[in-house]
Amino acid sequence: MIELKGIAAASGISIGPAYKIGKEELVIEREPIKEQDIPIQIQLFEESLIKTRREIIELQKRIGLEMGQEEAEIFDAHLLVLEDRMLIEEVISRLKKEKVNVAYIFSGVLKKYIDVFSKIEDEYLKERIADINDVGKRILRHLLGKEKKSLGDLKEKVIVVAHDLSPSDTAAMHKQLVSAFVTDIGGKTSHTAIMAKSLEIPAVVGVEEATVKIKPSDLLIVDGNKGIVIIDPDEKTLQIYGQEEERLKGIAQRFLSVKDAPAATIDGRTIDIYANIEFPDEVPSVKLHGAMGIGLYRTEFFYMNRKDLPLEEEHYQAYKYVAEEMKPYSVIIRTLDLGGDKFLSQFEIPSEMQPFLGWRAIRFCLARPDIFKLQLRAILRASVHGNLKLMYPMISGIEELEQANRILEEAKEELRNKGIPFNNDIPVGAMIEVPSAAMTADILAKQADFFSIGTNDLIQYSLAVDRVNEKVAYLYEPAHPAVLRLIKNIIDAAHNAHIKVGMCGEMAGEPSFALMLLGLGLDEFSMPPQVIPELKYIIRCVTFKQAQEIAHQALMLSTGREVEEFSHAKLNEVLK
Amino acid sequence: MALIRKKIVVKNKQGLHARPAALFVQVANKFDSRITVSNDKEEVNGKSIMGILMLGAEKGTLIVIEADGEDAHSAISELEKIISAEEEK
Repeated sequence: MIELKGIAAASGISIGPAYKIGKEELVIEREPIKEQDIPIQIQLFEESLIKTRREIIELQKRIGLEMGQEEAEIFDAHLLVLEDRMLIEEVISRLKKEKVNVAYIFSGVLKKYIDVFSKIEDEYLKERIADINDVGKRILRHLLGKEKKSLGDLKEKVIVVAHDLSPSDTAAMHKQLVSAFVTDIGGKTSHTAIMAKSLEIPAVVGVEEATVKIKPSDLLIVDGNKGIVIIDPDEKTLQIYGQEEERLKGIAQRFLSVKDAPAATIDGRTIDIYANIEFPDEVPSVKLHGAMGIGLYRTEFFYMNRKDLPLEEEHYQAYKYVAEEMKPYSVIIRTLDLGGDKFLSQFEIPSEMQPFLGWRAIRFCLARPDIFKLQLRAILRASVHGNLKLMYPMISGIEELEQANRILEEAKEELRNKGIPFNNDIPVGAMIEVPSAAMTADILAKQADFFSIGTNDLIQYSLAVDRVNEKVAYLYEPAHPAVLRLIKNIIDAAHNAHIKVGMCGEMAGEPSFALMLLGLGLDEFSMPPQVIPELKYIIRCVTFKQAQEIAHQALMLSTGREVEEFSHAKLNEVLK
Repeated sequence: MALIRKKIVVKNKQGLHARPAALFVQVANKFDSRITVSNDKEEVNGKSIMGILMLGAEKGTLIVIEADGEDAHSAISELEKIISAEEEK
């Protein structure tokens, strides 16, 4: 039995035979060519680029469908390399000058870049080297006329052991036959780690000499929680891990078994479990994970990475699609939340000393009613296609809410005059993410149809912690007593005014806080789709009364750390 | 036609070799102007990801962006925003 240590890149435990993937060696010979062959070689190069491009786009599409947009975006960097003028021009000019085969020249140029990049100390750049290598190999394969051998041929369930896994390796795999990844190199942000997480299988990366020490078909235990790989385990170890694997599988199974059940406590209090989305194409994943609505539909993406402003029609089409797809469930659209840490390319915004305290979100929208009203009109028009609601981000006091509502009325009036149908009673909520709003929630509740607590900003503002500054990150405590009290105040104020209150910040998707928030009376939890089954499961394990008792006790603790430990312990008790 | 040259300090925490590099190149490619970026040692094509990565500009480095063409003005102002953004979105 040998134990190897590495980096825990994706959690879980898996036991199975090793399947080794060797580094692919492409042999490239230097062959002088004649003057008249130069155009042929250039053509070969161009065709290879086109073929590679087609291949990558195909792969990107497939991954987008199988694993989501975020994973597919990895290939954007690949395409950039492929279209790189500097690289292409250098190959062609050297080809003309040196008169040797293009494969040889290309591999030389590629190597030159990789050598330079390897010398720069940067985590992200190291991962990009893998991208460049990956694209480079694809192009070379086409230049040499070779077909790719891939993991597509797997027949039985295995643990894949490799020096490193490229996105194309993982994309070609039969996912149901791979139970874990082990690689020699890589870090927590490597492709292997990202892929493993989205496939929900364990991975240990950065295991030095894994490919040397592990032989084909060796029995392996991969512990993705601790970052350990055990080769040829003894009986006792095997037994311990076997039980642990079963236990974890059981838990995952339990979560999935309730994904379509209502999120109701044992004594019958039903909670709305919603999903957060940014893009319309996330809707299938929302449905797949059993969300009963969308609690936060972010709309900033319309404005990202473009020079012109989006048209009302673009907004409308997207909202209409989501509304129709989710019908009869509610969809809460958050109006434009630009500024702060969100880059905006169309507007001349002076750089600010403290962008999070600056001209952002509703403040920006109120100052630019033209942009704001365009979005409001689009939401109103789409409101006849489903159960749409809208909410304003970063409301800090009643005047802002009133002002925003006045602009909404103007938008309605404009549509009315044109005879365009809309839902006149569209519910309008306020996001509560500024301490001043949290403290005056009773006043705001009179003018709002619902609240949604944005915890990320609420925490950063109430604890005075810049959440992107590493030096003070330790102070960013979601369970700080100050935060809990603010949340309690918001919920109580909402319930006194008979309106519902949800939460769409990261805290809502954190399993250990679920019981406490449930007990505080939160009506709706909105989170990334993947967490939904687990949250439902937790809620179905307790009575509302139990949860209230947990919340009551948590409110009496004096530090965020104590609250966190307490919540964790309670969750473990309940899940037993 | 315009030729605009601007000195800018890289403010992004990850320098110009993380995601901002890719973003920079994507934006640069939207413009017709010829765009070059240089530090005190090298000058590279601003539309090339390899070039930008090669520059290896850390946070705090002074770089010069040059745009030559009809849309030079807007090119510079858009690219400047990427470089002077302190955080990636």
